[in-house]
Amino acid sequence: MSEAVIWNKKDLLGLEYLTREEIEFVLNTADSFKEVTTREIKKVPALRGKTVVNLFYEPSTRTRISFELAAKRLSADVINISTETSSVKKGETLIDTGKNIEALKADIIVIRHSYSGAAMMLAKSLGISVVNAGDGWHEHPTQALLDIFTLREKLGRIEGLNVSIVGDIAHSRVARSNIWGLTKLGAKVTVCAPKMLIPPGIEEMGAAVTSNIDEALKNADAVNVLRMQFERDEQNAFPKQMEYFKKFGITEERLAKAKKNIIVMHPGPINRGIEMSSEVADCPQSVILEQVTNGIAVRMAVLFLVSQAHDRKNENTD
Amino acid sequence: MFSLMKEKAKVLDKDAITRAIVRISHEILERNKGTESLCLVGIRTRGVYLANRIAQSIKKIEDKEAAVGSLDITLYRDDLTLIASQPVVHKTEIGFDITDKNVVLVDDVLYSGRTIRAALDALIDLGRPKSIQLAVLIDRGHRELPIRPDYIGKNIPTAKNETVEVRLTEIDGQDEVAIVEKNE
Repeated sequence: MSEAVIWNKKDLLGLEYLTREEIEFVLNTADSFKEVTTREIKKVPALRGKTVVNLFYEPSTRTRISFELAAKRLSADVINISTETSSVKKGETLIDTGKNIEALKADIIVIRHSYSGAAMMLAKSLGISVVNAGDGWHEHPTQALLDIFTLREKLGRIEGLNVSIVGDIAHSRVARSNIWGLTKLGAKVTVCAPKMLIPPGIEEMGAAVTSNIDEALKNADAVNVLRMQFERDEQNAFPKQMEYFKKFGITEERLAKAKKNIIVMHPGPINRGIEMSSEVADCPQSVILEQVTNGIAVRMAVLFLVSQAHDRKNENTD
Repeated sequence: MFSLMKEKAKVLDKDAITRAIVRISHEILERNKGTESLCLVGIRTRGVYLANRIAQSIKKIEDKEAAVGSLDITLYRDDLTLIASQPVVHKTEIGFDITDKNVVLVDDVLYSGRTIRAALDALIDLGRPKSIQLAVLIDRGHRELPIRPDYIGKNIPTAKNETVEVRLTEIDGQDEVAIVEKNE
C-alpha cells in the first residue's frame, strides 16, 4: 500500500521551484481536503499539537484568515503576528524574528513580506517549515494553486487551456506564480496590460503578451483579472482609473465576444468599475467566491504536506 | 530501504473469499435484523471493495440495498511520521447521514487495531451512529488496542515478521490472500 514520495519539501516558496508532478500532487491532496470543508464538523486532527505562526509584514485580510482557518481545521494552534504590534517595530531583523519563532517551538511560519525572496531567505535560515504567503513582486504560490485548482475543478483539466491574465502584471506576484504553474501544467498563458505594466522578460516565462483586451479574451477559456494596485503607484504613472476601465476593464459587452463559457477569476479584493464591471463580478461565469472557498482546502493541503515532509526528514536523520 | 518479500503460503483462494463474504453478509443481516438503518463503510483502499461485495451479497440474499460509503483515515492516523512512504490523502465519500444508523466498518486485515481506532474517530466526526460494528476479511492477531471484530472472514495466526496480503480483482487483478514473509 506504500506509495512513492512525491512531496518532500519542508517549505513552499514558489511554483517556479516545483515540478508538474508536485503541483498536481498538491491539487489532488487539496481535492481530498475540500471534502473535509463541506462536513458539519470541519476539523480533522492531522496537525494536532503543531503551531502555525502567521507572520505578516504587509496588510492582508483574506490570505491571513484563509491560512488561519486552514490551520485551525487541521487542529493546529495559530498565532498571528502583524508587524504593527511586534518587535519588528523595534528594529529586529527578519531572520532574528524567525529564529525566535523557531525557539518558541513553532512548526510552520506563514510569511508575507514586501521583499521578493524574503520567504526563501527565512526558509534557508530555519529548520522549521516556511510557507510563502506573498513576497514582494515575486510569488504568491498558494493564490496561484487555488486559482489553478478552481480552474481544474470547473473545466476538468489544465493541459491545453488558454488562460489570460489581465491587469498590473509588472507588480503582481499572483501573475508570476500563475504563469509558472499554468505553463508547467500545459496551459497557454497570455498576459494583457498597458505596456508600462508589462515587465520586460515576461515572454521568457512562457507567456504571450498583448495590450489589446479583446485579443486577450478572444480564445480564452478563462480570464484571471488582477487588482489594479493604485496604492503602489508612487510615481503617479499608472493610467487613470476611468481610462483603465475603458481600455482594459472586463464588461459584459467584451465578454459577449469571448468564448461562451469563459471563466472569470479575480484574486480579490475587487475594485468594481475599475478591473471589471459589477455585472461581470456577479455573473454566472464568475468563480470569484469559489476561489475563496477553495483557498482553504488548498492551504490545508499545503500546511499538511510541508509539515509531513519536515517530520519525515527529521525522522530519517535521527 | 529495500526489503525482500517472500510468499510463504496462499491461505484463501477466490472461492474461499466469496464464501467468507457471503457468510459475513448473512451474519450482518441476522444481527441487524435486515437492512433497515444498515450501512456499510469501507476503509480505503481494499475495505471499500469488500464493502461493495458485501452489499451485493446482501442484495442477493434479501433483495434490499444497503448504502455503501468509503472512509479515508490518513488524517486520523497516529503513525504519520513513522511511515517512510508518503501517505496520500484520499477523499472520504459517504453520501448519506450516518447518524442513528448501524454502521458496519469494513477492512481487509485487522492487525494492531490502530487503523480501526483512527476510523472510529473519523466516523464519529461525521455523525453519531446508533452502533458501529466491524467486519474484516482476515484477523491476524497482535492487537495493540482493545478492539475486536464482530464479523471475521478467517482468523490467521501470524508472526510479526510476516504480513498478510489481501488481493482483490478490482485492484490487484485476482482474488487471493497470502502470507508473506519479510526478509530484512
